[in-house]
Amino acid sequence: MVTTVQFGIFSVGDVTTDPTTGRTPTEHERIKAMVAIALKAEEVGLDVFATGEHHNPPFVPSSPTTMLGYVAARTQRLILSTATTLITTNDPVKIAEDFAMLQHLADGRVDLMLGRGNTGPVYPWFGQDIRQGIPLAVENYALLHKLWREDVVDWEGRFRTPLQGFTSTPRPLDGVPPFVWHGSIRSPEIAEQAAYYGDGFFANNIFWPKEHFIRLITLYRQRYAHYGHGTPEQAVVGLGGQVFMRRNSQDAVREFRPYFDNAPVYGHGPSLEDFMAETPLTVGSPQQVIDRTLEFREHFGDYQRQLFLMDHAGLPLKTVLEQLDLLGEEVVPVLRKEFAKGRPEQVPGAPTHASLLAARNAPVTA
Amino acid sequence: MKLAVVTAGLTQPSSSRLLADRLAEAVTAQVEAEVRVIELRDLAVDVANAFVTGFPNTRLREVIEAVTGADGVVAVTPIFSGSYSGLFKSFFDVIDNTALEGTPVLIGATGGTARHSLALEHAVRPLFTYLRAVVVPTAVYAASEDWGGASDDFTDGLGRRIARAAGELAELLRHRTPKAKAGEEAEEEVVPFEEQLAALRPLIQ
Repeated sequence: MVTTVQFGIFSVGDVTTDPTTGRTPTEHERIKAMVAIALKAEEVGLDVFATGEHHNPPFVPSSPTTMLGYVAARTQRLILSTATTLITTNDPVKIAEDFAMLQHLADGRVDLMLGRGNTGPVYPWFGQDIRQGIPLAVENYALLHKLWREDVVDWEGRFRTPLQGFTSTPRPLDGVPPFVWHGSIRSPEIAEQAAYYGDGFFANNIFWPKEHFIRLITLYRQRYAHYGHGTPEQAVVGLGGQVFMRRNSQDAVREFRPYFDNAPVYGHGPSLEDFMAETPLTVGSPQQVIDRTLEFREHFGDYQRQLFLMDHAGLPLKTVLEQLDLLGEEVVPVLRKEFAKGRPEQVPGAPTHASLLAARNAPVTA
Repeated sequence: MKLAVVTAGLTQPSSSRLLADRLAEAVTAQVEAEVRVIELRDLAVDVANAFVTGFPNTRLREVIEAVTGADGVVAVTPIFSGSYSGLFKSFFDVIDNTALEGTPVLIGATGGTARHSLALEHAVRPLFTYLRAVVVPTAVYAASEDWGGASDDFTDGLGRRIARAAGELAELLRHRTPKAKAGEEAEEEVVPFEEQLAALRPLIQ
């Protein structure tokens, strides 16, 4: 089956007190909840589960491939991804090894999204300098890219020990490296990097006005074409989104408001109504979520992946699972149908291991 | 020419607004300019929300664009606890730190006593210097007593100081090409990736 647009969820992995009960889950409960959410994503017919990577409280997912490996063993179809993997502070050699191993275990149901991270102290904790954020992202990815494509690598860079005659094992499944998305909230350099390699570009599209992301995606599409990977419309774009639904929109607003008002990131600031007007956050009925998400295509062009943030701000697991039922049963089937309408044939579907393998094996045409 | 007049006065009417208006009038008497007065009091909650959310909402964004798109800025703050008011600083904190580069700025302040007048020189001027704005040499401080005072043997009266400062700003504006209209801003600039890689060479193969 060719999936034109993949739908899924991404989790920050925050441990947040439920403001309505005052209860804070333990790390153990939160980790198990993330797994339950991932399994539910497959059950309700979503395509992707992506976890964040953090190295400080109140976040639990410090070891994404461990978690994703466990989820891989308990799922059949779900694509396992990240949002994001820190290309700045992780050793690119370890990323190459960990994700190739995961790719084998999951029979190719793996891709990853690279990001620089937004927590200043993580850089010094991992022996890096935050002022070198962009150069680290550029150099580390150049090495990662090479490790997955060349069996024996000689390497010398600024930021890690040189390599002589190094082979990263296991080699990528079928010789096809996991697809890479580059995520960025504000850096045109990263849009440029994604375009240069012909990789995907993901705009998190939450917490900020859409105009901001439109600029970055437009730049990425233009530069993707500049580097000869296809037309601007063929560039591989992913978007985030944040929703909370109940069948009746007033119920959704009433239930979500205390979580919104106390949320990390934007809580204790603007009203829910103002924030909905200014950012892509949608709190309402499934139909409102459908309508708002369909607008994304008008703003950003036809795209390949839509991830929703569903499980933050202390929402209890039971509520999140109910949200996933609504997303899988009432929202995504409609979105799949609507997104397929009028989608130009030359716009590629979402990349998968199978599609990348087929492209690799396709005869080269002049 | 566009002149943005930013005032952080809190009372209505406020002496900061009064000073701002006097400065703007004195400038426009010498150069033709469209004046936009911005009372930060009206934007206090929007400014605070911009800190919480990380982005200015539509209303604040429009005001920021008016200020960064102006050919000259008059900025007036009350002096609180020996420095600019928190609201005044917060407004300039949510503006991109390169957006006022090269913009001529006239700074003014108000306070209950003339003893705080150097706050303009040790707090307000360095703020705009950091933003790489061009701050005119005369900064105008209006203490309560100045509104009813005249010059003395050692100091010009408020009117003369306003005229001198306004003359300095007008002089800069006269030699300036008006800024492009909002919406004509340059496209996103990007360093081509080869250059980003090359900056790391020759070490990368």
